[in-house]
Order: sequence, then structure tokens, then C-alpha cells
Amino acid sequence: MAEEKINLLEKRKAQVHEGGEFAMEAEKQSLAGSVSQRSCSFCGSRVVLYPIADAIHVVHGPIGCASYTWDIRGALSSGPELHRLSFSTDMQEKDVIYGGENKLYNAICELIDEYKPSAAFIYSTCIIGVIGDDVNAICKKVQKKKGIPVIPVDSEGFKGSKKEGYKAACDALFKLAGTDDHPVKVPKSINILGDFNLAGEIWIIKDYYERMGVNVVCSVSGDGRIDDIRKAGRAHLNIVQCSGSVSNLAKMLETEYGTPMSRASYFGIEDMSKALYDVADFFDDDDMRAGAQRVIQEEVAKLVPQLAPYRKDLQGKKAAVYTGGAFKVFSLVRSLRTLGMDVVIAGSQTGSVEDYKLLSELCDPGTVILDDTNPLELAKYVKEKDVDLFIGGVKERPIAYKIGVGFCDHNHERKEALAGFIGMLNFAKEVHSSVMSPVWQFAPRRAGGQG
Amino acid sequence: MSCDCGKTCAPDADAANACDAEDKAKCGCGPAPKDRPLTGENFTATRNACKLCAPLGACLAFRGIEGCLPFLHGSQGCATYIRRYMISHFREPMDIASSNFGEESVVFGGRKNLSDGLTHVIESYRPEVIGIATTCLAETIGDDVGMYVKEFISADKKKVDLPHILHASTPSYSGSHADGYQWAVRAIVDQLAVDGPNEKFIGVFPGMISPADLRYLREIMDDFGMSHTIAPDYSDPLDGPVWGDYHKIPAGGTPVREIAKLGRASAVIELASTISDKQSAASLLDEKFSTAVFRVGLPIGIRQSDKFHKVLEQITGKPTPAKHAAERGRLVDAYVDGHKYTFGKEVIIFGEEDFVVGMTAFCAEIGLKPVLCASGGSSGKLRECILEAAPEVDPETPILESVDFAEIEVATFNLKPDLLLGNSKGFTLSRKAGVPLIRVGFPIHDRISGPRSLHLGYRGAQRLFDTICDKLMELQQDGNDIGYTYI
Repeated sequence: MAEEKINLLEKRKAQVHEGGEFAMEAEKQSLAGSVSQRSCSFCGSRVVLYPIADAIHVVHGPIGCASYTWDIRGALSSGPELHRLSFSTDMQEKDVIYGGENKLYNAICELIDEYKPSAAFIYSTCIIGVIGDDVNAICKKVQKKKGIPVIPVDSEGFKGSKKEGYKAACDALFKLAGTDDHPVKVPKSINILGDFNLAGEIWIIKDYYERMGVNVVCSVSGDGRIDDIRKAGRAHLNIVQCSGSVSNLAKMLETEYGTPMSRASYFGIEDMSKALYDVADFFDDDDMRAGAQRVIQEEVAKLVPQLAPYRKDLQGKKAAVYTGGAFKVFSLVRSLRTLGMDVVIAGSQTGSVEDYKLLSELCDPGTVILDDTNPLELAKYVKEKDVDLFIGGVKERPIAYKIGVGFCDHNHERKEALAGFIGMLNFAKEVHSSVMSPVWQFAPRRAGGQG
Repeated sequence: MSCDCGKTCAPDADAANACDAEDKAKCGCGPAPKDRPLTGENFTATRNACKLCAPLGACLAFRGIEGCLPFLHGSQGCATYIRRYMISHFREPMDIASSNFGEESVVFGGRKNLSDGLTHVIESYRPEVIGIATTCLAETIGDDVGMYVKEFISADKKKVDLPHILHASTPSYSGSHADGYQWAVRAIVDQLAVDGPNEKFIGVFPGMISPADLRYLREIMDDFGMSHTIAPDYSDPLDGPVWGDYHKIPAGGTPVREIAKLGRASAVIELASTISDKQSAASLLDEKFSTAVFRVGLPIGIRQSDKFHKVLEQITGKPTPAKHAAERGRLVDAYVDGHKYTFGKEVIIFGEEDFVVGMTAFCAEIGLKPVLCASGGSSGKLRECILEAAPEVDPETPILESVDFAEIEVATFNLKPDLLLGNSKGFTLSRKAGVPLIRVGFPIHDRISGPRSLHLGYRGAQRLFDTICDKLMELQQDGNDIGYTYI
């Protein structure tokens, strides 16, 4: 088949930077019909609250939204696993016509009786506001009857992209975290915000912090528990990971309890080390600083020799990185450099202009920067830049595989921990196992043929 | 309740006291059937749904039309979730455009978003066909997509460049993904098929089957030497080769011109059991063009496949080709060789209704004993269709519609079957109950072979029989201390 030329849509051009002087737009509503890789508000809320393991998560709406989010991610729990169940009011035509309030009320009451959760999150999907169900009133009624928090999440899909959903989730979380009347601060303590404990990553990070003498009050939302979240006001510092998914919660905690926030990334040697040092610097505590140094030295001493053989094979290979939030892209650029690889395409679904400006400065000149891109644009640049590896989520995987390019899942479905120092080793192994696989020799791109 | 292992059993127990799957496999504990109804208490909520929403089925159908880009009229998330879900099964590109509703579309209607979306999709993908399916939101606010499409077409000055724009109404508050598939197929045929003099070819509406099944159907029809149109046919778009260059729309699928001719077919075969006339594309052709319609259930197992072959023989006037007769012969031989391993073994079967009918007919004919047939669908016809297709099935057997996986889980503890047969969403309960799951149907998210899994015809029955028999032999071997090397 003849090559099909892929051109950028006129209205997309401002969200693509191909090098030269930096000028980009971002944080816009996705173009209708552009096959955005983004999702909706519901998705954003569901992502943030999903790992809270002792709560039930009830989706109020027709069945799809609950089906597609059933046990979808490897967010691990050290105890209860209610978060792995999918509950829906499964609205039928008659519920749409006559309203779904009674159904919702009965559904929540029965589920609370059966599963005895510590709280219930009630997610509104697209049609709930339209048909006029008063979800807040139902939640209040059930809360009063059952004596546990029943928290509405204002997550109608059309209200925006994932970011708006993050905000709705943070509002819901603050209904728990913002209710501590007399927060007694725990000495030398932090909250870990914005980590979802995928493949047990939060346990790795918590271990580092504890080894350097820091107390972790609560984690939101990875391995999350309702009672722990209520204690969030007791920490001295909120460490916020992930581009903004729980930034709003951190801001609210700052206003309510005066707790400052600090951003961190746990991916790659540099960012992981910085995350630990930053906490020691915040507390301005020499013991803690020495502790951080000890942890980093021990871990890096183990890690570096193990990375060497991977680096040798991967030296000079080219990568494309496309993630949900922009913050992770920075870590991935640095991590890939640690492995000797160059990032030639970088982008995110929800980054800001400022993020992309910094990214263009961090990356080599000529790196393509993409905001809210789509399959055709990704395919175009992957091909043009002749990359060896694509890092993204499941939706990007077939784009890479279909044109014979290696792939690493750095999204919510990963089964290997990629955070922390051990995560860097896992990352190297995964990247290596894809890039160095002998199967690419048969792909037309490498075999010299056309498909 | 307590059991021999001294612990308390799920699903009644709290997590700390529940015995884990390993214990359970040994002690076989679980609540006694009399303690509660087969599927547990009735819940208002659907827990771990055994169905998906209608737009997913519509997107699958549209993917089977050549040069077609599926397009969901609603919020961005619907398209993205459905893409992700289908990619995890097919492991192929599955682009779905969205009209990307915002608050203003909800207030003022989605006309502008639809028109903008179509314009952008046409510019970037240059599709031959756009298949629009509605979401619950578009339906609830009352968007008239048919009218919007007409307006869009008449507003376009060039006209000649416009793709075919098809639309199906698939509100997710009615029916399941299986219904969405059928509504879309009917809408496709309704909007494309035209009248004309009869031509010598067979139309086939295959139902929601795997790419491997679709390919095998094509092979059978080819071997009968009869021209045919399978609609839709997503075998190539959803199980294709690695490319040199990225294809905006994967090659393959049923061409529009062939669907347009369906009104002129000598006969059409619809592989479905529980479908209603109102949602059947074949019934529509009958109403509109008096086309001869043959409806047979999904040909899974020998008897269902025999029915399908008989229809082909009747339409073509030719006997089943020797190659296929020989495959049937080898299949019967395999049934004979393996019958002792399957006889009386109890199975729970779940999935889409038509699939459950076919699988149950197959299980019953190899001596397996279905102890529960369950679907999230709600045609009202599942029991009748199963009892007709599988006479061995005891009429007292629980055959349940509108079931969710939480209910199937309770039933699994109560019934303690030997095997579960269904899609990979049954894994959670399979692990919990310690009952092996044979993965069949859609979706298969935890194995690589989903799109290449053959279920239909003599060859599909051979694969299913081998898989099931091997699993039962493995269980027999592993469950025995002696370590027999001959089984």
C-alpha cells in the first residue's frame, strides 16, 4: 500500500512543537473528532479515588462506565480490597425517564450492609445532572442512616477532561481530610500524595522515607484508607507526586492546616534522590540528611552495576514518551538518559505551556513536543524520527507495535514497580526486553519491506 | 460458616478469616446451597457486570466495514474507555473519534460538536465511511443524529468527497454491548442496502465472533464455491499484520458496495438465537426486500455446525465439501477418544446470550453437564433457546439472564462445578473459588490468543474439545498423588 501522508490538522498545529523557537498552546478542550488520547472527568475522578481500598466505589449511571473501570489497575492494597469491585446502578431506560434516586439509595444501602466499607464514593456519570437526580441529597440521607461517610463525586464526563475530574476527586477527598478539628502534628512527618501504589510502589517509597527517619502519616490514594486520609492534617509536609492529580487537595490542606506542599517524582535515580533530599532540606535536619544520603548511597551502589549491561545495549537508541501528566515526562527523559537513550518525541495529555517550555529546554534541540496528541500524529512522528521505543499507556501500545516499535507501559496498568531505585532497574529491564527483542527484525520497518 | 479447614468462607466472611483459594481448592468449602438462593441475595446494584455498554458493540460492528472510522457522539471518555477495552483484547489499533461534548453541548445540543467532529475526522482520516453511534448522554438530551447528519451532508458544497455517514442509536441504558452490535448492524444495512434484481450470492450476519471465526466462515463459504458477503467482517482490521507505514484505517472489512447489494442476495444467514426481529438485520431485509432469511444459532459444536452446513447445502444445492466432511469425521473421532474425560463434568457457562446458547449446545453434546448458563443480556429468550439447542440440558438447570459476576461467583461456590467457560472477566471468581476457567469469547484481557481463538464450526469445536479435554486430563493428573504418566 502506498504511504498515506499524515498532515497535522490546522487547529492542532499550535499544540505541536517541532523545534526552533518555543511557542505552544496547551490546556485546551480537545478538538472534536481528533481522536484524543485523553479521557473524561469521570475517568480523572475514578483514577484518583480508585486505590482507596476500604471504601466502596459506586458508579451512578448506565453500565459502561463501571464495566470499563472494573479492576482496571494494579493499585495494590495491604489489607482490604473493596476497590477491586465494580458497582453500578446500571440505569435502564425507565430510570432515565423517572429518575434514578430510589435505585441509587437502595443500591448504596444494600452495598454498605453487605460489604461494610469505611466510606462510599458515589460517582455521577454524564446523564445524572441532565435527568436531575439529586445525588447530594441521597448521599446525605444514606450517610445519616448508615453512619459512614457517603461522598458524592461530581464527575459527569462532559464537564471536562481528566483534570476537572481530578479536581472533583480532590473535593471529595477534602470532605474527609478537611474535617480534623484538632490536628496534632506528628513529628518529622509527611503525607505521600498522588501516588497510586501501582505494583506496590508506595511501599518502596515509604521504606526509603522511613529509613531516613521520616514518618509517613498517610498516603493518598495508593493503599489508601479512609481513617488515614482523615489524619492528613497532622503531617508537616505534603509531598505531591504526579502532575497535579491531587495538587488541589494539597492546596486545600495548605489553606486549612497551613501544611506546605512540595512536588516530587520517584522515577529515575536523579529525581528519586532529589525527592529524598528535598524532604531532609525542608525539615533542615542533619540526621535526616545523613539518612537520605545513606539510603541513596546504599541503593545506588547496588543499582549502578546492575544497570551497566542494559546501558551498553541501549546506548544511542531513540525513544518517544507520551503520558497523561507532564511531570512524569521529565523523569522519563532523565531516566532514559541514564540508560544512554535519547528522547526525540515527548508529550502529555494535560501539560501546561510552562511544562512544555521546560521540557523543550530539558530535551535535545529538535525534539518534537506534543500536547493532547492523537494516534495519527504519534504515528507520523514515530515514523519520521525512527524511534526504537515508545513509552506510554495501553492506548498508545498498538501505534508502536503496528509499525514495529518497542513499547514500555508506564501507565496505570503496569505490573512491575517502576518507582524508586529498584524501579529504575525494573524500568531498564523492561525497556531492554522490548528494544532488544529479536522480533523487530521481521517487522517491515526493519526488514526493509512495506506493510 | 466454617469448614474443614477451620476458617470461614467467602463470600460471607470478612477478609481476615476467609480461607484463600488454595485452601478452598482442597477443602471445597463455601456456603451451603440451602443457606441462600443460588446466586445470593438480590442486589439493586450491578456488581462486577457481565456485560458492557451498547456503544462498544456498535464500534465493533463499524470496525468491520471497509474504510470505516467509528465515531461516538458524546463525551470523550466513552471513546477512550472503549478503545482501551478493545485494544486490550484485540491488541490492534482501534481508533474511535468522539464529538467530545462539553457543558455547552449538553445545554444547547451536540449539533455543532458533531459537525465539527465530522469535519475534522474527514480532514485527518479521509475515511470512506464514518459510523456514528450515540452514547447515553446524546440520547438523553435528545440529539437527533439522523437529522444532524442530513444537515451536515446538505451543507457540504463539494459533496463528492463526502464519506458515507452511517448512524446507529445505541443508548447504553438499553441492552448490552451485544444489543449495540446488532442495532448497529441493522442500522448499517438499513442505511446502505438497496433494491435490485436478485444476484447469486449469500449474505451472512455473523454475530459477535472472533477474527479467527470470521476467517473460518469465509473459508467455508469459499469452499462451497458460493459468492458471499459477511457483514460486518472485522477479521482483518482487528487481526492484521505489522505495517511498514502507519495506516490511518486498517485494511479490510466489508466494502460498502457489498452491503448495498445485500437486498439482492439469494439468501441471508443470520447467526443468532436470542435476537428480536426488531433488532435483526436479516428481518429488516426480509421486510424491505423479501429476502430469504435463514437464522441459525452460532454454529458451536457438531449439531449447531451441522445446522449451518445444512443451510449452506440447501442454499447452494451442493453437499458439504469433502475437506469439511473430513474435519467433522476427525472431530467425531476426537469426541469418542475423549468422551470419558468429559462425561458428567459440571460446567458454568457465561457470556453474551447467543454465545452462551452455542457453548451450552456444544458442552451438552460432549457429555459435560451445564449447571448454570448465565448472561448479562436480557432478551427473555435465553432459556427457550438453550433448551431447544441442547436437549440434554435438564430443564431444571438454572438459566439466568441479567446476571452479574458477583452472582455467578456465589453460584460457583454453591454449585462447585469442575470448570468455568467464559471470557476472562471470570478469572477473579475462578481464582477465588479455585475452579479453572477456560477462556472463550470476548473479552480475553489476560491471554494473547483472544483474536485468534476459534469457536465456530467443526474446526472450532475441535479446538474447544481439545482445550477442555486437556484441561480435565491435567486436573486429573495433577489432583492425583501417584503421578500417572499415562492418562
